[in-house]
Amino acid sequence: MSKNIGIYICSGCEIGKALDFDKLCQLASSAQNVTVCKSHKSLCSVEGFDTINNDIKNESIEKLIIAACSPRAKTEVFDFPENILLERTNLREQIAWCMEPGEEDTQMAAEDYLRMSITKVNNINIPTPFIAENISSDILVVGGGITGITAAIEAAKAGYNVHIIEKEERLGGWLNKLHKQIPYVAPYNKSIDPEIEDKIKELEQFENIKIHTSTSIQNISGQPGQFHITLLNGKAETIIVGSIVTATGWQPYDANKLAHLGYGKPNVLTNVEFEEYVKNNPSRDLPKNILFIQCAGSRDKDHLPYCSGFCCGTSLKQATYIRELSPESNVFIVYKDIRTLGLYEEFYKEVQKDDQIFFTKGEIEEITEKSGNLKVQVKDTLIGEDISLSVDMIILATGMVPNSTLDLNLNYRLGKGLPELKYNFSDSHFICFPYETRRTGIYAAGSLRAPMDIAASKSDATGAMLKAIQTIEATKRGEAVHPRSGDKSYPELYMDRCTDCKRCTEECPFGAYDENEKGTPIQNPTRCRRCGICVGSCPERVISFADYSINSISAMIKSVHVPDEFEEKPRILVFVCENDAYPAMDMAGQKGLKYSPYVRVIPVRCIGSVNKVWISDALSQGFDGILQIGCKPGDDYQCHFIHGSELTETRGENIQETLETMMLEPERMRTEFVEITDYDKIPQIINDYVEEIQLIGPNPFKDM
Amino acid sequence: MNKTQKPVLVIGGGISGITTAVEIAEVGKEVILIEKEPYLGGNVVKFNNYFPKLCPPTCGLEINFRRIKQNPGINYFTSTEVVEIAGEKGNFKAKLKTEPLYIKNNCTACGKCAEVCPEERPNDFNYGFTKNKAAYLPHEMAFPYKYFIDDEYCKKESCNKCVEVCNYDAIDLNAKEEIREIEVSSVVIATGWKNYDASKIDNLNYSTSKNIITNVEFERFIASNGIGENKLLRLSDKNEPKKIAFVQCAGSRDENHLPYCSAVCCSASLKHALTIQELYPKSEIKIFYIDLRVAGRNEDFLVKVQNNKNIELIKGKVGKITETENNNLILEAEDILSGKKIKYEADMVVLATGIVPSNLNLNLEKDKNQFMLDIQTEGIIPVACSRKPMDVSSSVKDATAAALKAIQ
Repeated sequence: MSKNIGIYICSGCEIGKALDFDKLCQLASSAQNVTVCKSHKSLCSVEGFDTINNDIKNESIEKLIIAACSPRAKTEVFDFPENILLERTNLREQIAWCMEPGEEDTQMAAEDYLRMSITKVNNINIPTPFIAENISSDILVVGGGITGITAAIEAAKAGYNVHIIEKEERLGGWLNKLHKQIPYVAPYNKSIDPEIEDKIKELEQFENIKIHTSTSIQNISGQPGQFHITLLNGKAETIIVGSIVTATGWQPYDANKLAHLGYGKPNVLTNVEFEEYVKNNPSRDLPKNILFIQCAGSRDKDHLPYCSGFCCGTSLKQATYIRELSPESNVFIVYKDIRTLGLYEEFYKEVQKDDQIFFTKGEIEEITEKSGNLKVQVKDTLIGEDISLSVDMIILATGMVPNSTLDLNLNYRLGKGLPELKYNFSDSHFICFPYETRRTGIYAAGSLRAPMDIAASKSDATGAMLKAIQTIEATKRGEAVHPRSGDKSYPELYMDRCTDCKRCTEECPFGAYDENEKGTPIQNPTRCRRCGICVGSCPERVISFADYSINSISAMIKSVHVPDEFEEKPRILVFVCENDAYPAMDMAGQKGLKYSPYVRVIPVRCIGSVNKVWISDALSQGFDGILQIGCKPGDDYQCHFIHGSELTETRGENIQETLETMMLEPERMRTEFVEITDYDKIPQIINDYVEEIQLIGPNPFKDM
Repeated sequence: MNKTQKPVLVIGGGISGITTAVEIAEVGKEVILIEKEPYLGGNVVKFNNYFPKLCPPTCGLEINFRRIKQNPGINYFTSTEVVEIAGEKGNFKAKLKTEPLYIKNNCTACGKCAEVCPEERPNDFNYGFTKNKAAYLPHEMAFPYKYFIDDEYCKKESCNKCVEVCNYDAIDLNAKEEIREIEVSSVVIATGWKNYDASKIDNLNYSTSKNIITNVEFERFIASNGIGENKLLRLSDKNEPKKIAFVQCAGSRDENHLPYCSAVCCSASLKHALTIQELYPKSEIKIFYIDLRVAGRNEDFLVKVQNNKNIELIKGKVGKITETENNNLILEAEDILSGKKIKYEADMVVLATGIVPSNLNLNLEKDKNQFMLDIQTEGIIPVACSRKPMDVSSSVKDATAAALKAIQ
């Protein structure tokens, strides 16, 4: 363990006025392994920084504590070489700016924060990154439709080797069946010719793309940097890749379920069937009166509850070529809303110019057929009356259903396919991070993850490929990918103590752990996203990161000086998620909002990383209450690690049992969920809880 | 791939530009990100929440700012615009102009300067509906977290109060603009959008009625840290409105204004309606629309609105809005479903105005609506709302795609 800790305490930004610096320095100087302790009126000034930097050189400082502003502030200044372990004690936002200056309780808080920082650096180390051997930079693209082809080409252009596999004999997917495409480039007003032939030719020109048609996946095992893929094409072949983009696309909704819209009757086709029919019989006469029924089985709670996004544009496209192929024809389109979002509106406007294409908002009431003629009753129309149409053909604008991802045959404890978000789509739940994946290094693209048209699929393919490339490069550096990008720590397991309880393997949101027959966890470090949820799950202190462990936080908790019950100064331990709750607390400070100085805050990687041991340590230490503040769980969860805050809720029940066995009141443990903008609610959450604990009285374990 | 590649220049520090920059840097390449405002975050940082999760944009921005802070591959310059670009893919020369930095980067954001500053300016973060000091912190989540001086309102040396009070020698009222010349390998145009000027839509009376606001302004009206500070207020009498009407396609899908659809305004108004309902469950909300255009899974979001008894969706285009004596607003529209002409009196009206691409004074290929064409000089890559209207999630996807294009 390094003995050279340097502590620098800043008195700027009102910190000096709030606190007794002599006492702080005295405490720091006498602490274990502290070589230097200095205070300065502005550590972030050139002079302040030089003081620290000179000591690093001259005093061989290896571990640095800067007790000043929030670790979120002045990061560009407090930027030291990688071999220096840096800890920031937040004396500004979370003490000087939110507690009464000069008060004894404020001073006590500052001293405890400093003790916790010193204890922390004495119990952690700079992580040595996990760098796997033989990392492959090759990328696997699953699916040879437009999304897969685009992904492969874009990777190849960036210099990466790609394997693209397609289960059919021919690449191209659904686009092979298209007669025309919806216009997606300016001027957006006329259908365009299919692009798939050109795209396939372009793909075939890249020497760094290997095409595997009529091929399926027997098995995928391994982790980012080293995925072992067994391909099946008559015989099995194994390839090794660093990351994967899966773009296995969609199926049309099963029209057999749409008998109420006429499917099954003669001359009633789906949009996909019609497209294929025209593609294969371009010169054939079309009937005179053709009706499109939009949202056929879409936006319908009995069928597909969602909108597939492409069907309005497709019907417009088909209407235009019907009119071109058969100038005598009349086209009717019955819709709920015409959804030509964005610049596709230009196409809609163009189609509306044709006065033999009739648009009617309405609901289909009944369809009957008599000797080839289809009679359609439409209700709830715009003119307020029901109308009756007599047509020769009906085209049902059916929507998209994503293909199953089980064909990936992932050899993961958490399942063979990708986790699904809703309606079987393997999408991200994050608006800001649409490529968030729960299987690190495997990115879904195209209609597999959300209904999308060709233009959106191509953009999505390119984005997903960037993430696949990024995973490989981060893996080479031994770093995590989003949201803890650049984190070089990874979980290290002390297996002697493992009881094969399987909690880590079950609770890891990213499938970082597989397990053997006995249930012993098998680690895949490059799948790990460093959230620490496994740290929170382990009842046996098996799992730790070099810079974040059960022991380091336990030691921090134990370093707090808890006054005896006669001093009537309760102590509340607050675990806050560093993603949203911690910044919210900073902002409360920035706004000068005051809250109780009885709290001691420990930031955690995710509220799901809080281990039960810490709770019992805190109660044994004499803390009167424990508050944990995380991100919102539920349907619209904001937890950056998917279900960390949800786990907190379920684990809470266990903790309540622990409290019961310790004969402690259930209120001694409280969980709150906040948004980052809830800074104005922070003081109330804290103060209300402190008040409640004061009413209950001191923790009986305080002086034991 | 060339290891000695020059950095990529990303123009525009909104959600798209930030995304492109961090995604490139996390591959291990260098990026220069520039933003004309003094802070990163663009339009979205002013938003109260996102549809359909109703979650705050600053949550994702916090993560992105952390990604920027920890990545030495990203250099960013705020208050900076590009004045010139020349060259070709792999070898562009760009000239950047940075506004005078009266408050230097060693500002600790202690706030003393704003305390003593005697001058006020319209707070652009709240679209000018509130005021702040000429020495100001743009907003509480500002990144970089530092104060700025608006030289249009600052009296400089004749006042000098901020200089005297600053403990960190961070203020230089003589600062000059700075010109930088850089060499870059490719250029990503992420200049984004502004909303359509509602004053051009004469019949909707935006300019004359205080209680008619636009959808982007509404974000600051409803935000807990916004104009009404935790309350939704209408401007005429500072009362909380009880009846609120939304006018969809205000100036959109209209040959006299924007002929196209902006793709986000329907979902945005649904979001606004639900947010109002959360705060004021008794409020009455009407949404006048032509088509309800929400896509994909957001259909669930529409269903949620349809199931809310206090929100009524009316298919009809609003033709006219007139103001009453007590500053209420009478909307006249045709309910296309019933065929009836309807009049509705609201306390407050929100115009769902569309997206207009921001103007960038460079010689780039554009379509008739001023959106950038995808195909430009090789190595120049337009992204997200600079090339077509799209929502945040699609913009982030597009920005990630642009990151790959930029490093090829």
